[in-house]
Amino acid sequence: MLCNICHKNPATVHLTEIVDGQMSELHLCEECAREKSQAMEQQFGLSDLLAGMADFDKPKNETSAMVRAVKCPNCGLTYVDFKKIGKLGCGECYDAFRKYLGPLLKRIHGSTQHTGKSPLKVTKVLKKRMDIQELHNRLNKAIETEAFEEAAKIRDQIKELEKKEAGKKE
Amino acid sequence: MELKDLLNHTSEWLKGSGPNSDIIISSRIRLARNLANTPFPHWADKKQSEDVLNKIRDSFLKVDYLKKTTFFELAKMDSVDKQFLVERHLMSLDHTQKANSKAVVVDDEEVVSIMVNEEDHIRMQVMQSGFNLYEAWNIINKIDDGIAKELNFAFLSDWGYLTACPTNPGTGMRGSVMLHLPALVMSRAIDRVLAAIAKLSFIARGLYGEGTQAMGNFFQISNQVSLGPSENEIIENINGLIRQIIEQENQAREVLVSKNKPLLEDRVNRSLGILKSAHIITSQETIELLSMVRLGCDLGMVKDIDHRRINELSIITQPAHLQKIEGKKLSAEERDVKRAQIIRDKLNIY
Repeated sequence: MLCNICHKNPATVHLTEIVDGQMSELHLCEECAREKSQAMEQQFGLSDLLAGMADFDKPKNETSAMVRAVKCPNCGLTYVDFKKIGKLGCGECYDAFRKYLGPLLKRIHGSTQHTGKSPLKVTKVLKKRMDIQELHNRLNKAIETEAFEEAAKIRDQIKELEKKEAGKKE
Repeated sequence: MELKDLLNHTSEWLKGSGPNSDIIISSRIRLARNLANTPFPHWADKKQSEDVLNKIRDSFLKVDYLKKTTFFELAKMDSVDKQFLVERHLMSLDHTQKANSKAVVVDDEEVVSIMVNEEDHIRMQVMQSGFNLYEAWNIINKIDDGIAKELNFAFLSDWGYLTACPTNPGTGMRGSVMLHLPALVMSRAIDRVLAAIAKLSFIARGLYGEGTQAMGNFFQISNQVSLGPSENEIIENINGLIRQIIEQENQAREVLVSKNKPLLEDRVNRSLGILKSAHIITSQETIELLSMVRLGCDLGMVKDIDHRRINELSIITQPAHLQKIEGKKLSAEERDVKRAQIIRDKLNIY
């Protein structure tokens, strides 16, 4: 039997395809079968998968028109673009699409809190925010171990830092 | 350094040394990094991509850990040269497509390679021979710190390093280990192992990474999750899994030897015989036969050939390597003849 596609080489791969409930048989040579399988893979790539997952994450009280209008202020990528290509446009997109991406990241990684290293040159604001987080951790530990004097000191430090940051925002 | 200098050089990760080097070929860590406030490569226009390339090139000059590296711009390379770098595992196949504003930075020992403007602005990797993810991490961590002093990375305290694809943020890290698992394949236990790996959120892939098929019983196993666990936790998770797979492969080898040693010896020596005497051979057949010889080597059935020579052969018999050695373009048929000749030359020395 000759290959159904190229009609040149002997068919060695036998494929049963079901499209819309219709079953059809294909007899292919190795080369055509390889091309066919690559085409099938391309039909369903990673971006489709991600885009499909992203669809579930639309908050209930939002219309699709509202979601469509969300756009990254830095690079101009819209949420619809992201769903189409499966990739973000720039780092700022993560903040712009935060409420949709959070659930998606949770589904992919099982977590939404980074615990690994951070760049040495984190911006000052970020550094401060991390300092406050660190102080909160120390505060909790101090309370756990009933080191209340230490806890009071840490609490004052946190207040001081938070006051400074609030002052800057105004 | 020029590309042709690499030809006569054995990459660090191919030396066949390091822990568990009978089953583990190499260990690799890659980190994805992007510049803050700058569109990712796929979303950047020509001017923006050029700017990124220039900015990164300038900053790398100031990083001590990158002193002994060469910056190759892909737009200036022909297709054989690009393929050559892919075959040496210094860059991805994806990176050879649409070469504008792309580069790859390689150090003299081929331990470090950094792709510029691939899926992310910076994709750095460090490779080590054998089972050695921690050492790879130690090296790449320092390089990353060095680069972070010069460039502002896109980073959020909760989502970590930000990447073009939502499958990569957090640590931006992928640790992968390349394993040779002939006994698990021969005893048909590999499907069970691969299914278990997928369940544990790890990925198993072929020799050349994403989208490639398993060839000659070689598999690459890497983490899927990059956000949540720290770098050390990710490495520890991979190591735990790899240790189990090593144990399974060793058990499968013992069973094969005890059940049917003559059959195994026959397959190993026939494979060696074909390699030593063939005059036409494809790269697929070469990898498959080398896999058997490698197993024979591990089991003491082949005495005069070591891992290093097998590793070397598996690289220099690839299409672009043959063409670099010959210094001209070769058709597939010409390559099959040249490949057979090189293998005979390398294996028939006593």
